Amino acid sequence: MNRTLLSKEFLEQRRTYRLFILVAVLLVFGLISPVVAKYTPMLLRSIPGVPAGLAGIIPEATLSDAVGQYVKNTSQFGVILVIIFTMGVIAQEKERGTAAMLLTKPVRRSAMVLAKWSAGMGSLLVGLAAAAIGCALYTALLFQPLPLLGFLALNALMAVFLGVFLSVSLLASALARSQAAAAGIAFGSLVLLLILASIPRLGEVMPNQLLGWGVSLVLGGDASAWTALAVSFGIIILSVLVACLRLEREEI
Amino acid sequence: MIQIKGMVKCYGKVRALDGLSLQVEPGMVYGFLGPNGAGKTTTMRILSGLARPDEGQAWILGKEVGVNRMDQRPMIGVLPEEPAFYPWMTAREYLRDFIAPLYGLEPGAASRRAGEMLEEVGLSEAADRKCAGFSRGMRQRLGLAQALIHQPKVLLLDEPVSALDPAGRKEVLEVIGNLSGSTTILLSTHILADVERVCDMIGIISRGHMITEDRRDDLLARYALPLFEVEVDDDLGQWPEIASKLAFVKSITVSNHTARVLVKDVQSAQTGLLASVLEAGLHIRRFEIVHPSLEDIFLQLTEETPQPAQV
Repeated sequence: MNRTLLSKEFLEQRRTYRLFILVAVLLVFGLISPVVAKYTPMLLRSIPGVPAGLAGIIPEATLSDAVGQYVKNTSQFGVILVIIFTMGVIAQEKERGTAAMLLTKPVRRSAMVLAKWSAGMGSLLVGLAAAAIGCALYTALLFQPLPLLGFLALNALMAVFLGVFLSVSLLASALARSQAAAAGIAFGSLVLLLILASIPRLGEVMPNQLLGWGVSLVLGGDASAWTALAVSFGIIILSVLVACLRLEREEI
Repeated sequence: MIQIKGMVKCYGKVRALDGLSLQVEPGMVYGFLGPNGAGKTTTMRILSGLARPDEGQAWILGKEVGVNRMDQRPMIGVLPEEPAFYPWMTAREYLRDFIAPLYGLEPGAASRRAGEMLEEVGLSEAADRKCAGFSRGMRQRLGLAQALIHQPKVLLLDEPVSALDPAGRKEVLEVIGNLSGSTTILLSTHILADVERVCDMIGIISRGHMITEDRRDDLLARYALPLFEVEVDDDLGQWPEIASKLAFVKSITVSNHTARVLVKDVQSAQTGLLASVLEAGLHIRRFEIVHPSLEDIFLQLTEETPQPAQV
């Protein structure tokens, strides 16, 4: 790993406020998820005019609701953020000419891809950590303490899930010569993954299964998705590898 | 030091490079001249490792260049035609924290060299400003600084002064001139006065191939015409008619008070022509052998070049 490139990528994450925005957004969703889970039933019951019978069947919020809300919010907004922040990272350098400045130096093109991937994943992990801490604190306050290992495993699986979208977006950025084209490829890939996930048997091995597995680990269920984990790692490795090969062959 | 042999590069049906060959000797400043679209930037991109040729090869410091070849990269400096920088970085950060470490400079040396280069290219005052606000001229100066920071043995400069004002051009050309002898420089430009000022060797490229290549003075001498210009205070009167009958005179053209005399024998003309003017009682304002400018040669050569080849 080229330390100079990695330092520059982390500095760029900070200077362009990507890291700040990612941490802030994920932290907010980490904090509000247990709050929303806790108070939504109470809000529904307190709405004027709700029939007494209906108010009676709205269940009390549980730990399961808090975890479910956290996974839903963090994964959905996390996917959008990693795509937006990653889709232009290589295409923009090619478009602006900064890649041409860099790639005349003694730097392997794959090092540029790996540095960008590492910095993106680093920022994502910091954001997820912030979200997890926020969620764990408020869940403990409003419900009960989360099981530490299970919650860590959930967040690790969520990092892999989001890592899939980050890697695919990075590949889109390497394939495209402009940011607009990279955005098209990245969001197209998102739609494709969602479609694949909805196909009955195929969907059982797609990355979204990791989220259910993670929830199960927190709540003590027996679900697992090892194949989906292998597929996710496969998509990540393949995306980064193809991005490296593409850039190695491309004329800048 | 730099060698290109039979290089061909096609973009679609257009042959941007059509069998280009050139050689730059160590320590030489080689002016790589050509009109827009001649293939200069394509050549620079191939030598820099940003593009690959369809045919032919190129070597720098004896090592073949290529998109993924790293051998010679630590020893070359490259200034692209339009240098681009990260808008969120300052000029000093770019040189000290990014470019210098890529060449393996330790933090102390990186900081010292960054300061020296910013001073040398006249960017000291803007050193801690973000690159986002830099003018094109400032970007070109910073581009030169990043190309020089590791004291390369070979410099590839693509239009290095095209965005600078006259004073800036003079400064930057002085920097380039000072490197002559110690650094091998391939300087691509279409500004002929700059080439005449700093280059030892000149290659003129048009439509992807080399039209002519020679030492600057030899090139100018090679294309020198045996032409005299005589300017007098008053009317030339009958003198052009008299002079046209001299044995060494080939032809005369007259414009106001000036006569341009094409001769067959320069040595005879140097004495005979002057004597003839004095005999005619004319008051000489100027009497000189006309030296062709690089511009004359350039225009003459590039206008003669046939249409671009198609594949």
